[in-house]
Amino acid sequence: MRLQKATRCALFAVLELAGQPDRQLSATDIAERYGISSNHLAKVLRDLGRAGLVESVRGAGGGYRFAGNARRLTLFDVIALFEDVDAARPMGREPGDHTENGQALRLVLQEIDDIARATLRSITIDTMLKTTQWRRDRAARAETVR
Amino acid sequence: MPPPVSNTAHAPAPEESVVVRAAVADDLPVVIDLDRRNTGLPKPDYWHDLFARYGARDGRFFLVAEARGTVVGFIIGEVRAWEFGSPPCGWVFALGVDDSVRLSGVGSRLFESICEGFRTAGVDKVRTMLAVDDNLNMSFFRSQGMMGGPFIQLEKALD
Repeated sequence: MRLQKATRCALFAVLELAGQPDRQLSATDIAERYGISSNHLAKVLRDLGRAGLVESVRGAGGGYRFAGNARRLTLFDVIALFEDVDAARPMGREPGDHTENGQALRLVLQEIDDIARATLRSITIDTMLKTTQWRRDRAARAETVR
Repeated sequence: MPPPVSNTAHAPAPEESVVVRAAVADDLPVVIDLDRRNTGLPKPDYWHDLFARYGARDGRFFLVAEARGTVVGFIIGEVRAWEFGSPPCGWVFALGVDDSVRLSGVGSRLFESICEGFRTAGVDKVRTMLAVDDNLNMSFFRSQGMMGGPFIQLEKALD
């Protein structure tokens, strides 16, 4: 599964801001960390702001901060702001779809899509942040053993 | 006259006040009721049979969480081995938490306790299987660090 550039920017921004809820970060701070365009990210942040997931803080030291509920907000929620991931693939849109083999192929692709959607719906931002922390702790333990 | 005993906890219990222990026969009515409320389906025979097979057995775990003297959750699992080549691992196949105490750490305590039981039984992996649209349990197990594994569930209608 590939995500569009704006979607990846949005996920990085949400994760970065939710991981430091007491800090305000600028678009440039986040963009530099992930090697993405700050202009592009600024537009994405505006979209996230309209969705109520981030809020901008004006003035010196201003920037963006997370405004959502990390234990409720899922990857799917963020992705769905930027991509049409909820719609089932309509039948009969591509060459061969009208054939029996085309329909069988559709069923397999539908199965993959269903699993992808269920996975994205089940992972909250909080779970993502915990996963990152667990990976960090595990790496530190492995380093200590070495 | 003592106050009436309720089977439902009305306020989230702080995580530290939750005690996880092996289920006893007297817990079954509350477990059955909790499962009925969570699933909308009463199945007392199933639960009595499950308790007979999983209560206090080696490698099998039927645990309940108790908060302020009331059972507010349960988890059931066992050690399974060599199913299509899978080395021994812990399997969780039932979990229920009273919805009045959700998000207060009861599910986490139950999961940690059964994982400790699995570790003691000598396995280092825990697995489960869920309905693809069971977002509540899927999110919970994800929050405990579980991820997609190397096995996949398949089925077909038996015509």
